[in-house]
Amino acid sequence: MALDPATARRVAKLARIGLNDQELETVRVQMGSILDWIGMLDEVDVENVPPMTGTEHVTLRQREDVVTDGGRAEDILSNAPDRAGAFFTVPKVVE
Amino acid sequence: MTWTIEGSTGAWEIVVGLEVHAQVISKAKLFSGASTLFGGEPNSQVSLVDAGFPGMLPVINHECVAQAVRTGLGLKAQINLMSRFDRKNYFYADLPTGYQISQFVHPIVGEGKIEIELADGTTREIGITRLHLEQDAGKLMHDQDPTRSFVDLNRAGVALMEIVSEPDIRSPEEAGAYLRKLRQILRYLGTCDGNMEEGSMRADVNVSVRKTGEAFRTRCEIKNVNSIRFVTQVIPIEAMRQIEIWESGGEVDQETRLFDPGKGETRSLRSKEDAHDYRYFPDPDLLPLVIERSWVDELAAALPELPDEKRARFQTEYGITAYDAGVLVAEQATADFYEAVAKGRDGRSAAAWMTGDFFAALNRMSRGIEESPVSADALGGMLDMIADGTINGKIAKEVLETMFETGESASDVVERKGLRQVTDTGAIETAADEIIAKHADKVAEYKSGKDKLFGFFVGQVMKATAGKANPAMVNEILKARLDG
Repeated sequence: MALDPATARRVAKLARIGLNDQELETVRVQMGSILDWIGMLDEVDVENVPPMTGTEHVTLRQREDVVTDGGRAEDILSNAPDRAGAFFTVPKVVE
Repeated sequence: MTWTIEGSTGAWEIVVGLEVHAQVISKAKLFSGASTLFGGEPNSQVSLVDAGFPGMLPVINHECVAQAVRTGLGLKAQINLMSRFDRKNYFYADLPTGYQISQFVHPIVGEGKIEIELADGTTREIGITRLHLEQDAGKLMHDQDPTRSFVDLNRAGVALMEIVSEPDIRSPEEAGAYLRKLRQILRYLGTCDGNMEEGSMRADVNVSVRKTGEAFRTRCEIKNVNSIRFVTQVIPIEAMRQIEIWESGGEVDQETRLFDPGKGETRSLRSKEDAHDYRYFPDPDLLPLVIERSWVDELAAALPELPDEKRARFQTEYGITAYDAGVLVAEQATADFYEAVAKGRDGRSAAAWMTGDFFAALNRMSRGIEESPVSADALGGMLDMIADGTINGKIAKEVLETMFETGESASDVVERKGLRQVTDTGAIETAADEIIAKHADKVAEYKSGKDKLFGFFVGQVMKATAGKANPAMVNEILKARLDG
């Protein structure tokens, strides 16, 4: 399935990935092939077959309402490119 | 009666639906073991899951699921035994994973309803479309630095219930009544504290306008309106803006807008123009959430009595008016207090004292009922003294006031101040005779037909006995003397 350039540009924008025209063209073609490959699944008739959501546990595992984590701000901030005290900082995003 | 706005081309009806985000009361977050407490040190209540570290997997908090089911039951809604979590993808600095885990296609709670009461005494039913569980985002602070925004992730991952109403609301008053009723139900259930100031309940307001009988027109969504007052303010403002566009031949664009209460206007949030392209897909980290009917039944059996049922019971059990019952059930603590006072006593008199002098005194002290210096027992004790004739109603007002000031019991105040009602016929007769002798002119006027003067004589006798005379006896004795 060929992807038109406008759609490719929109997907890149939503994912906040900056691409020049040449990169965008490369990505557009690659994404088209990925969609074609995934599209093969459409050949299987799954009418009236319930969705398979996993192979092991049938239902979601649940946790008790107990505080078991936190108090580790230094770990949380360890990869922050920029910080102020115990806050992450980002370029100002207010309107 | 229909609420309308008059435009240059005639009357316009408004159509409003509300999406309320209610923070779930739980100790830990929806998918991690970090604490939900408000006001902690920045980033101190964050797990690696909440911060979106690679390879971290979410595990759902059982209590959050229970809270959503309880809320669904309280909204008389359908509980879906199978629900599922989806990723809602968007890019923002308060969302470390780049997606919010939410329930898009299969919410845990389906259609329900809320009955609202309006000022004219009528009631209306507002439909609930759905309720689903999702994660809250982190908090951004913009006023700390000239070029940077600060990010605190303590709130990231806390469980929210998004409660969506049908577009059934037709006036600002109905929107306010809906929010108040929803908040009341959530507080009764103990599933959300309903505190809009701290942000634990926030509303997105969908507004459109139409001519009577038309299909719906394009709506706009006003995001994050954080008080009931602002919700009732923004609806007519936004409706008027849309009416002006339609009437000048324009077309309303479907968009997200922001309310500026200072300027009294809404404005477009252009940054959100892609906002509705969330590219939802099922979260591959989470299997479907399957719950048992028997567990739902257990939760239903353990639900507290809800405001509507409590109000109906107060009316039949204590013989009080719908209005008084409504006031008394507004908060669970008030309802419990009232029942402690009214049990085994005259329910109507208990309601009259509570909604009258008692609330007035609390208001003057700006205290909640939980911090009342007069306990339910103490107020009941005072009612007992009125009922057995120890004090009359007028003196009781003074007694109650003193109880608020000193924290004494009613009987202590009455003894200390000597406020016992005078029921000695001789004493009242003496006072009556003196008053009649002193005001011969008024007696003559009264006898010539000025009936209203009777109140004057009663007042004078009460004054002469320092308010302590039994009012019924005063009436009787005066009647015998003046009319005899």
